[in-house]
Amino acid sequence: MNTTVQKHLTLENVHVNYQTRSGNVQAVRGVTLDLLAGESLALIGESGSGKTTLGLSIVKLLVDTATVEPGRITYRREDQEIDVLALRGNQLREFRWRDCAMVFQSALNAFNPVLRVWEQALDTAQSHGWHDRQAVRERFLELLRYVQLDPNRVINAYPLLLEPTILILDEPTTALDILTQRTIIDLLRQIKNEKNITMIFISHDLAIAAELANRVATMYAGRVVELGGVEDIFYRPRHPYTMGLIRAVPTVLGGFEELFSIPGSPPDLINLPSGCPFHPRCSFATSKCQIEEPPLIQITPSQAAACWHWQDVEIELQNKPLRVRK
Amino acid sequence: MAPILELKNINKYFGSSKERVTAVNSLELRIEQGEIVCLVGESGCGKSTTGRMVVGLLPPSDGQILFEGQDIAQMNRADYQAYRRAVQIIHQDPYASLNPTQPIQQMLTTPLLRHKKASTQRSAEKRAAELLEIVDLTPVSDFMNKYPHQLSGGQRQRVSVARALTVEPKFIVADEAVSMVDVSIRVSLLNMLARLKSEFDVTFLFITHDLALAKYFAWNGRIVVMYLGRIVEEGPTQRVITDPRHPYTQALLAAVPEADPDLARRKKQIELRSAEIPSLLNLPAGCTFHPRCPYAVPGQCDRLVPALDAIAEGGSVACPIRKYESIELLAA
Repeated sequence: MNTTVQKHLTLENVHVNYQTRSGNVQAVRGVTLDLLAGESLALIGESGSGKTTLGLSIVKLLVDTATVEPGRITYRREDQEIDVLALRGNQLREFRWRDCAMVFQSALNAFNPVLRVWEQALDTAQSHGWHDRQAVRERFLELLRYVQLDPNRVINAYPLLLEPTILILDEPTTALDILTQRTIIDLLRQIKNEKNITMIFISHDLAIAAELANRVATMYAGRVVELGGVEDIFYRPRHPYTMGLIRAVPTVLGGFEELFSIPGSPPDLINLPSGCPFHPRCSFATSKCQIEEPPLIQITPSQAAACWHWQDVEIELQNKPLRVRK
Repeated sequence: MAPILELKNINKYFGSSKERVTAVNSLELRIEQGEIVCLVGESGCGKSTTGRMVVGLLPPSDGQILFEGQDIAQMNRADYQAYRRAVQIIHQDPYASLNPTQPIQQMLTTPLLRHKKASTQRSAEKRAAELLEIVDLTPVSDFMNKYPHQLSGGQRQRVSVARALTVEPKFIVADEAVSMVDVSIRVSLLNMLARLKSEFDVTFLFITHDLALAKYFAWNGRIVVMYLGRIVEEGPTQRVITDPRHPYTQALLAAVPEADPDLARRKKQIELRSAEIPSLLNLPAGCTFHPRCPYAVPGQCDRLVPALDAIAEGGSVACPIRKYESIELLAA
C-alpha cells in the first residue's frame, strides 16, 4: 500500500478578479490549497465568499470578464503534472470531463431539453472521442442502474460517464425537497466510497459539509480563512467567522440550541475593509486586525486559521462549547 | 374565547374540472391568540396555498375561514377590511416584494396615512422611524431615504416586516420569510420576529420547508406537518421533533441533513417503499402516503382516509397504524 497521501490537485496563490462597470471585484484572493486523492473537501461560506468562483476556476469555466492572475493550478495525472490554467482546446476538453467534472447548482437546467437522456450521454461521450456506441451504452446503462433511474439522480450520472477522478459539486442539494436531498446525499456518499472519486462540495448549507466532507475550508471575502478536518471545523473552530456560522445554524435533532447571528453584512468585494476583511463584524477584532490581514496559521497538523486571535476563540469556546454531545 | 383563526374543512382546487389539482384537502386548523405555529412540508404540500388563504389572497374552494370567530366570507365591508389589516403576510423574496422606485420612508408613510394610523405627514414619519427601530434598522436616519437596491437581503426583509407592522397586525403569516437570507443573519431576523410576538402579542403562522428553522422558531409553539394537501401530524414542537408518530414525519426527520457531523452519523435511515411523490392530479386513494409508507397495511391504508386523532403526548396524528408507536431517530 502506498501510504503517502497523493496531492491530486494543487492551488497556489490563486487570484480571480471580475472587471465590472462599478470596479474590480476581488472574488478570490490568494487561495493556496492541496486536494488529496480520495478526500472530500467542502467549501463553506456565504454568498460572495468566492467558493463558486474558485470551483469554476479549477475547470476553467469562468466568464470572459474574469482574470486569474496571479495563480497556479496543478493537476496530477499519474506521474504527469498538468498546468491547468495553461490548458487549451482538446487538452482542456479532455481535462474537463475525464479528469475533473463539475455539477452545477441548477443541474436540471444543464440538460438539453430536446435530447433524450441517452442521446445526451452519447453526444457527450462522442465529443470526447469515445466512438464505440455499444461501450458507451453499456457504461450509461450501468450508471442508470447505479442511480436507480431516479430522475433527480440521473443528472448526477452524467459527470460520472467518463470516470473523472475529481468531481466538483456546486450546491448539489439546494432547492431540493428534503427526501430528495437525502437520496442525493446517500448517492454521493456511495459514489465517494465505491468509486474513490475525489470530491469538492461547494455549499452555503453547513449540513452538506457535515454529512459528506472529510475536510472543510471556510471562505470569506475570497480567501480560505480556516481549513481543517470536519470535526475540527464543527466542534473546534478557531476562526471567529467559522464559529459564527456554526453558532447561527440550528440542527433538527440536536435539542434546544441558543443561536447567534453574525452582526453586519458580508463585505463589499470592490472596496474590501482594510486588514482582515472580517474585522468590522468580529467581536475579537483589535486595532491590529484593522491594519494587517492575517495569514493562514497552522494551529495543529490538521487545522489552520487566518486569525490573529485564534487563541481567544479557543478560550471563548472553552467557556461556551459548540454542540458537544455524547 | 374563540381562537384567533380557525380553518374549517377547507378545500382548495386549481385547474379545470377535467384536470383538477387538489392543493389543500379537508384542512382543519385552529390557532389561538399568541401562538407560534409552523407549517412544514415539502413543495406541493399546500402550505403556501394555506398561507395565502389565511391572509385572504386566495379564496378557499369550500370550507370556512373564521377570524376571531367570524366567517370572513360573511363579513361586512368594514369588518373584512379590518381583518385584511389584522392579518399580514411576509413573502419569501425581499427582492421582489418591495417597490424599487420608492424610498423606505415612503413605503412606510403611505400605508400609515392611507389606513389612518397617522394623521399628518410628520406624525407618519415619526411612526416610520419607530417602526425601523423595532426591526433593528438603526440608525434610522441611515435607512429612511434609501431605496431597496441599496439594502442587503436581510435589511430588505426587515423593511418588509416594518411595512407589515404599519397597520398594527394581530396575525402575521411568514412564508419562507428567511429562506433567501444569508445564514449568518437569519437568526437575528427570526429573533426579531419572536420579539414581535412577545412585545406586540402578534400570532405567527410560519411557513417553511426547513425543519431546523421550524424547530428553532417554534420551540415553544406548535408544528403542523402537511403532505399532499392534508395535515398528517401536528403537535407541540418538542413532541413532534423528539417523538414523531406519523411515518411521513419520521421519514422527514430522519432524512433532513444535519449541520453537525455527529448527528449526521448517528441518524437512522428510514427506507421508503417508493421515492416518487404522487402527482397532485392523481392522488392515491386512502392515505396519500400509503404507496411510500413502510408500514402500510393493504386493504386498510389504500382505502380509508385516516382521521387526525389526538394522542396523549400532545397534538394529533393521521395514522391509525402507528399513532401509538415511538421510534428512535438517532443511534446511541
